[in-house]
Amino acid sequence: MGKESAIKPLEPGFEQVFAQHPWAQMGAKLAQIGEAQVKKALSRAGQGSPADFMALVSPAAEPYLEEMAHLAQALTRKRFGKTVQMYLPLYLSNECHNSCLYCGFSKDNPVPRIRLDQKAVEQEIAVLKGMGVCQVLLVTGDFSAKRAVEYLGQALDWITPHFAQVSMEVQPLSQAEYQVLIKKGLHGVMVYQETYGPQYAKFHPHGSKADFFWRLGTADRLGRAGVHKIGLGALLGLDDWRLDSFYTALLVSHLEKHYWQSKLSISFPRLRPAKGGFQPEHPVSDRHLVQLILAYRIFNENLELSLSTRESPDFRDQVIPLGITSISAGSKTEPGGYANPNTQLEQFEIHDARSPQAMEKALAQKGLETLWKDWDPHFGKPQ
Amino acid sequence: MAGAKANPGVAPIFKRGQLKKDRLIIAGKEFSSRLFLGTGKFSSHEAMGGALKASGSELVTLALKRFDPQNPGDQMVGMLRQPGVSLLPNTSGVRHAKEAVLAAQLAREALETNWIKLEIHPDPRYLLPDHEETLKATEALAKLGFVVLPYINADPVFCKKLESAGAAAVMPLAAPIGSNRGLMTLAMLEIIIKESTLPVVIDAGLGAPSHAAQAMEMGADAVLVNTAIAIAEDPINMALAFKLAVQAGRMAYLAEMGQTSSEAQASSPLTAFLGS
Repeated sequence: MGKESAIKPLEPGFEQVFAQHPWAQMGAKLAQIGEAQVKKALSRAGQGSPADFMALVSPAAEPYLEEMAHLAQALTRKRFGKTVQMYLPLYLSNECHNSCLYCGFSKDNPVPRIRLDQKAVEQEIAVLKGMGVCQVLLVTGDFSAKRAVEYLGQALDWITPHFAQVSMEVQPLSQAEYQVLIKKGLHGVMVYQETYGPQYAKFHPHGSKADFFWRLGTADRLGRAGVHKIGLGALLGLDDWRLDSFYTALLVSHLEKHYWQSKLSISFPRLRPAKGGFQPEHPVSDRHLVQLILAYRIFNENLELSLSTRESPDFRDQVIPLGITSISAGSKTEPGGYANPNTQLEQFEIHDARSPQAMEKALAQKGLETLWKDWDPHFGKPQ
Repeated sequence: MAGAKANPGVAPIFKRGQLKKDRLIIAGKEFSSRLFLGTGKFSSHEAMGGALKASGSELVTLALKRFDPQNPGDQMVGMLRQPGVSLLPNTSGVRHAKEAVLAAQLAREALETNWIKLEIHPDPRYLLPDHEETLKATEALAKLGFVVLPYINADPVFCKKLESAGAAAVMPLAAPIGSNRGLMTLAMLEIIIKESTLPVVIDAGLGAPSHAAQAMEMGADAVLVNTAIAIAEDPINMALAFKLAVQAGRMAYLAEMGQTSSEAQASSPLTAFLGS
């Protein structure tokens, strides 16, 4: 794996911040939060600290949910207006050398493995373009880093001429590797820590993903590489959602200070049924997911908050107007799924199957405009 | 007052005529409205079109990043192409001068206008302008024949530099974009308005019609408003409210308001001993 011992870090990394916030100690702090801290956090209105965030996700904030919803909605409208961005995932491969317990791509699942070649990618592009899509998120499993970068570089060459904005959600790479891909037009990178807690090793027993700290340092490497957008999140259902999200907020504050040119995005992947039959030990209720989304907005008015098709149509229709600024719709989670659907190869089952156009209509009924394009492919090339 | 019955409040003042003759000129182009409208953040193209009509604006900004040049039937552009309304594409999203020049050229090609609102904000959170890059881009774009309206911090010295660089107007911010906080940079704006040889368009942060009126009373040549109108519950009436506020503020400026004073006028004059 290409770890950059040769590249001297310019800034202290998140690893150091993380070391100063032990899981058990943060758990104890969370348990002690009272009404006064919640009220203080509410008064920060979009400019909060990680401590404020912790108060907003604490049990003490639960009676304030209605107030939080009003505040989050007003902050979102002020910063983002009455708009929601639309992107679609483009799965390139389901190959993976990890065996994460919850994931349909785990190498332990006996499903055929494919990686799209240029022709297959072009078929996907044609379908996506036909749906009016301008922003895509490339997704793969984790495969050998060297081959991955080579392949992703090729894929970007095939894909970037057709879309305004191309981001990706693949395994963590080195700073130098990110720089190569950014030169090819890569806009943003999503890397979720899944969980920051002691159970990480249990859920990620094999492959490169077993390296907790390599993953933890990814956002710093992305910031140093100068990527436009960094996507963060915890996988909801693995451990205590309040604590896991607190660490994400801590990371947000760290990144904002050190990499001021990168935009930050938060996703809310709640565990869905997948091949392998994994059952989350800490399921997150609708009420708690709403509390979490509102907490992020009240903590930080600038965050892009993204809600995918993992969630149900009803839930999305109600929650999007409260603070979400980016969505997908009509997603296929298997490689080649737009041109040649094959649910056997899915990473997970989606819950909201509405097409992007149906989603646009549903948003319009809520007084929200769908932004198909919010970037220009000519922007963002390194100087 | 005559005419007050027919149209209470507005008509009599109009009939005195001064507003009708009042024109703003930027790069040789005349504007009778001094309210420029930003077009992001609206709930729909229709809501934006309605607000545009109500605002009476004759210059509307349009983000290149939101416009799809490959889609000639782009609904938003269609909605903005109304008689008497000119487009002012902006470069929002670019991070340095080179990108801004490229963006301006793309906008010129796609929208057939050489007007450009130059926005270079490498920081995606506060969207604050980068002056080094803005100066470079203004020089380059002016040489390429663009009418350049740069979005800037309220910095009087920088405004003088932009004059030399070939800007057509300056657009200093009142407060961070989208903050609705009003004239936070008041002291600097006063200097800019006093010293500028270019039209001064106060941009960003005007959250209420009263903020716009205050900017116009101070002598700003125009204001640009987006968020406050777009996110109002009723954008059409809010657009109208801003239109009236801008007119009221301009009228007050032309009518030469009395100086405000924090001290009472002394009843015993201090210089009476000098005689007359």
